[in-house]
Amino acid sequence: MSTQSGLVTAATELRVYAPAADLSIASPASRDAGAHARPLASRSDLRTEPGPIRFVIIALAVTFLSVFVVLPLVVVFAQAFSKGVGAYFSALAEPEALAAIQLTLLVAAISVTLNLVFGVMAAWSIAKFDFRGKTFLITLIDLPFSVSPVISGLVFVLLFGAQGYFGPWLQAHDIQILFALPGITLATIFVTFPFVARALIPLMQEQGTQEEEAAISLGASGLQTFFRVTLPNIKWGLLYGVLLCNARAMGEFGAVSVVSGHIRGETNTMPLLVEILYNEYQFVSSFAIASLLAMLALITLVVKTVLERRLDEGLVPHDH
Amino acid sequence: MTIEVKNIVKKFGAFAALDNVDLKVANGELLALLGPSGSGKTTLLRIIAGLDWPDAGEVSIDGEDALARGASERHVGFVFQHYALFRHMTVFENVAFGLRVQPRAIRKDEATICARVKELLDLVQLDWLANRYPSQLSGGQRQRIALARALAIEPRILLLDEPFGALDAKVRKELRQWLRSLHSEIHVTSIFVTHDQEEALEVANRVVVMDKGRIEQIGTPGEVYDHPASAFVHGFIGESIVLPVDVSGGSVRLGGRPLNIAADGAASGASQLFIRRHDMQIGPAGSGALEGAVRHVRSFGPIQRAEVALSGGEGDTVIEIDAPRDRELQAGEIVSLQPRRYRIFAARD
Repeated sequence: MSTQSGLVTAATELRVYAPAADLSIASPASRDAGAHARPLASRSDLRTEPGPIRFVIIALAVTFLSVFVVLPLVVVFAQAFSKGVGAYFSALAEPEALAAIQLTLLVAAISVTLNLVFGVMAAWSIAKFDFRGKTFLITLIDLPFSVSPVISGLVFVLLFGAQGYFGPWLQAHDIQILFALPGITLATIFVTFPFVARALIPLMQEQGTQEEEAAISLGASGLQTFFRVTLPNIKWGLLYGVLLCNARAMGEFGAVSVVSGHIRGETNTMPLLVEILYNEYQFVSSFAIASLLAMLALITLVVKTVLERRLDEGLVPHDH
Repeated sequence: MTIEVKNIVKKFGAFAALDNVDLKVANGELLALLGPSGSGKTTLLRIIAGLDWPDAGEVSIDGEDALARGASERHVGFVFQHYALFRHMTVFENVAFGLRVQPRAIRKDEATICARVKELLDLVQLDWLANRYPSQLSGGQRQRIALARALAIEPRILLLDEPFGALDAKVRKELRQWLRSLHSEIHVTSIFVTHDQEEALEVANRVVVMDKGRIEQIGTPGEVYDHPASAFVHGFIGESIVLPVDVSGGSVRLGGRPLNIAADGAASGASQLFIRRHDMQIGPAGSGALEGAVRHVRSFGPIQRAEVALSGGEGDTVIEIDAPRDRELQAGEIVSLQPRRYRIFAARD
């Protein structure tokens, strides 16, 4: 990514809209996106288009980005502050809003933590070992990305709903999964499962097992090897996966909407509350919550860019 | 420390990487495992280190059953082909790693670890690189750091997998000599794997030649070069001329024509005649066992290398010979060739 300097912002924003799951730097999407910025940087040999054409292309890209990315963001904040700063903060201080923020943070904390552990374990076993059914496991990990979130939510309704497979049993034992924290968390975990594993698998495969073998031959135990060699080597990739996982966990709408039950002040996460408030014409409140999510997205983007830079450095082949 | 390997069998699916391998390594030896790729040499090394497990057989280090212990408990220094330095640690921390992960009860204090690492970096003459990261080092430097790291745990034996494989020719040569002198300095029993015969012959006290998961010959560099035990060894070590011959009743025939050499007790039947390139005496036409026309001559250094098309053989057999430059050969010249030394092995299928 060192090639971009002039059009840094445009290029990074374009890159962000490449499929999140595709983390390889050489992905076609990111190549294409970076190509606009490249002629201005060190690859002067690619500077073949005449000036006016370059100008038109850049202008098109900037206009496109402004209309589809910058404008909506501005609108969100403009609407949120349309009745002044006071109205904005009092909207956020509403008990319903606070409950939604709290629930969202709690769900994200649980699902990110669990997905961190599962993701590392899955990536570890896929990248470092050979076993039967490995391809199947990789496909399975990708499943949540290929299924519509609404379907993901419906699966849990089918499993745990009153008419579902475990419904009667759960009712008999007075366990509430649907329309409560466990259901929302389960749906979120399902939807966000691939992020950590997807971020780590290519990284760990590229790094191979030699360093681990070296550590073991030097007398390190399994845990020492993991914490002193494996983890430091994947830390940036891991943070990257966690970051994306968190962004999705907080922003997930479809799957959560199906299992939440929309109980006000109890099972509404922030995205759900945005919709409800909007439908009730409470625009300031609705956009105030939305602005929080937008800020989360902006912070995520900045951190993501930083992490990508660190990852690039880490991926420079250290021998051959 | 001695190493003893008995009847080791290791299969990867249907492929036998090691097929009943026996090997004894004496204390303080510097042994080379030499063979083409796929001959099982690296697998054998990894089994001794505990990074792979045999399907059958025994491995003992200093009389103690090594297979009862995992790699982390064997106290074996292993230098990987691509060094496998910890990329997120400085050179200093790489070398210190083995000392830092020791169980608390026997772990040395920081000052001792520091002193030991400095000592090792001095030994490999790279003390000035202590704060660099592996990605900032050259191949030769990485190799030496990998060695220092392996030596830090005071290993009972030292195993090196293709230690010079990834280096360019000049650095290779330097490191070879350096490894030899290092070995005579620290005298730890060492085994290294190589596919480069020159490397094996130049560095090792003893050479183990392997092919297709079996040991073909074990001997000093002189023994394996001068007295190859099999056609494979003769062909693999040193450059040989190989001619298909027939042995019957003590006489040797090439394409039906009798050669003026003794069968040396070789069994009757289809055989292969092995001659070193430089063991071919060139004389005037009509005076030797073979005859041929010189096609090309290239002269460099002390020798001239001539391509000779043999006459009388089946079709067009072209061989390359090395001759001293006392008499310059000319292209087109007819010469006779008499092997000074040769070996006959039964033909392999």
